[in-house]
Amino acid sequence: MFDAAPAQPLVQVRDLKMYFPIYSGVLRRKTGDVKAVDGISFDIFKGETLGLVGESGCGKSTVGRALLRLYEPTAGSVSIGGTNVLSLGDEALRKTRPQMQMVFQDPQASLNPRMPVAAIIGEPLREHTDWDGQKILARVYELMDAVGLNRKFANRYPHEFSGGQRQRIGIARALALKPKFIVCDEPIAALDVSIQAQVVNLLEDLQDEFGLTYLFISHDLSMVRHIADRVAVMYLGRIAELSPRDGLYARPLHPYAEALLSAVPEPDPALARSRQRIILKGDVPSPANPPKGCNFCTRCPKVMDICRQVKPELAEVEPGRLVACHLYSEKTAAG
Amino acid sequence: MPDQALPVLDVRGLKTVFRTRGGEVHAVNDVSFHLRPGELLGVVGESGSGKSVTMMSLVRLLPSPPADIRSGEVMLQGKDILKLRDEELRDVRGARVGFVFQDPMTSLNPVFTVGDQIAEPLIRHKGMTKAQAANRAVELLELVGISDARKRLSAYPHQFSGGMRQRVMIAVALACDPEVLIADEPTTALDVTIQAQILELVKDLRQKLGMAIVWITHDLGVIAGIADRVMVMYGGQVVEQAPVKELFTNPRHPYTRALLKTIPSLTGHRDARLQVIEGQPPILTAAPTACPFRPRCKHALDRCDRENPQRRALDDRPVGHGHDVACHWTPESADV
Repeated sequence: MFDAAPAQPLVQVRDLKMYFPIYSGVLRRKTGDVKAVDGISFDIFKGETLGLVGESGCGKSTVGRALLRLYEPTAGSVSIGGTNVLSLGDEALRKTRPQMQMVFQDPQASLNPRMPVAAIIGEPLREHTDWDGQKILARVYELMDAVGLNRKFANRYPHEFSGGQRQRIGIARALALKPKFIVCDEPIAALDVSIQAQVVNLLEDLQDEFGLTYLFISHDLSMVRHIADRVAVMYLGRIAELSPRDGLYARPLHPYAEALLSAVPEPDPALARSRQRIILKGDVPSPANPPKGCNFCTRCPKVMDICRQVKPELAEVEPGRLVACHLYSEKTAAG
Repeated sequence: MPDQALPVLDVRGLKTVFRTRGGEVHAVNDVSFHLRPGELLGVVGESGSGKSVTMMSLVRLLPSPPADIRSGEVMLQGKDILKLRDEELRDVRGARVGFVFQDPMTSLNPVFTVGDQIAEPLIRHKGMTKAQAANRAVELLELVGISDARKRLSAYPHQFSGGMRQRVMIAVALACDPEVLIADEPTTALDVTIQAQILELVKDLRQKLGMAIVWITHDLGVIAGIADRVMVMYGGQVVEQAPVKELFTNPRHPYTRALLKTIPSLTGHRDARLQVIEGQPPILTAAPTACPFRPRCKHALDRCDRENPQRRALDDRPVGHGHDVACHWTPESADV
């Protein structure tokens, strides 16, 4: 992605909204919406890893699922490799599925316990190709080699593997149809520290080898710093900041990004004790009833009057850095 | 914290075995440590390293069978609590040793109000009346930073957010002024900004109350910020133990060294590739005769196959007091 020619966006998301209806009362009438994702836009360039970070309930997993149409988004557009995924009919959608795959958080829950590994990895091939059994098995072996699983284990069941190995099975399955784009939804959150590094290195190797583009969803900010080229920070269904990795970690611009980074404990006693932390007060408001104006205004240490009235738009405030905050808008600077 | 102060808690040679259909699992193998008044001991290890089982064994919280505490002493203020009868033990649990668990949703009872749950140990252990207990519950909720405490007494756990529930759990654990507080991954289920709030609260409470704390976690970052001393566990054993600064600046066990290198940093240099520890943690089906880290160790010697290393002191202080490590390898021997 550091080629001289400007990189092409593989994934373009525009004003994506995903509302989940709330029904209540005896008649189960719709009385409101949980605004899990409330109008977000971003691009992911070919071969790039976009990190998507935020705390639980901020909507980051919903974004990943809505992109692949595992949910039906309420509004917006998602284009992957030039196809508008949201406007496709069922059959056309099925045909584009091989291009876009997902690696899930919990390898225990996302693998069928009654299927042997070869069947799990081969399932997308049986579904989307007309290959015979032998050709499929050959491809399964190839995939097992690629993710570092021993071919001898092809007839074993998921419970016979450790967490890290199960995650490798999930990755092999996602790779089966040679996708261009993979959504990794917290792929290492369920793994032990010493196993996380193995899986992250594998994901990076596969990216180099097959030219993959990742959306890497995680709450682990240090791991995202390692793997991502650019990072989007979400808060309560919206993007607060979207910046290149180095810029964000060296100098976060949005007050929420700043607080989030300062809250991460550093494995260095001297640094941990000297560092000035920003302790946010209170909890994240409910996405069913987000605050008026900026959704961070109830906890922001730098809140101004305008923040409680007007919703800030995500805008480029420095080259390549997009921030949704009134601190950087010209209007407030002038006034 | 003077070194000479008598430990509040002194655990010696603890061994816990689970008997399962598939055979025995030696979850905790000869673990010794002590806790001085006012000290915060961090216990680090991966899942299956035996850190939680060790702490649950202290006050016999594990169901038996399958758990079986084979040997060891747990001296609380000089008295072995493993030898206590069940009803005597009940006076220790929750009163002299408080517990905070990882998941505040499952460890609070959903059908009782928050006020009832804080009052329960006060009525049970301190013989307070309901009204006295309610007043004390308000004080405790204020202590852990919950505003409007009197009104909140009648709230149920589901009406609280994750961070607030964990504050309630801390209030319950602190209710009877325990001598020792055992916190088992208390912030793991919380978001980082909420974790930061809880860590601040614990630092603040330590200054106010001065109790001794055991803090179990897999997060070395959390440990670096709050612990005085750190004990690293692997495969049911203590592999290294040191004051916090010493452990981070001069780790000696190959596991500790590798672990510190596998975690990516938030600041400073960014490596192109993460360092990995190859292989898997061990399954402890028998009492170990070799070093449990042997199959994954970069520095393994022939001796490591034959002999499970004992903890040895690296300074002039006895094992458990300064920096000690259970490893045959030394950085110096690498040059030979």
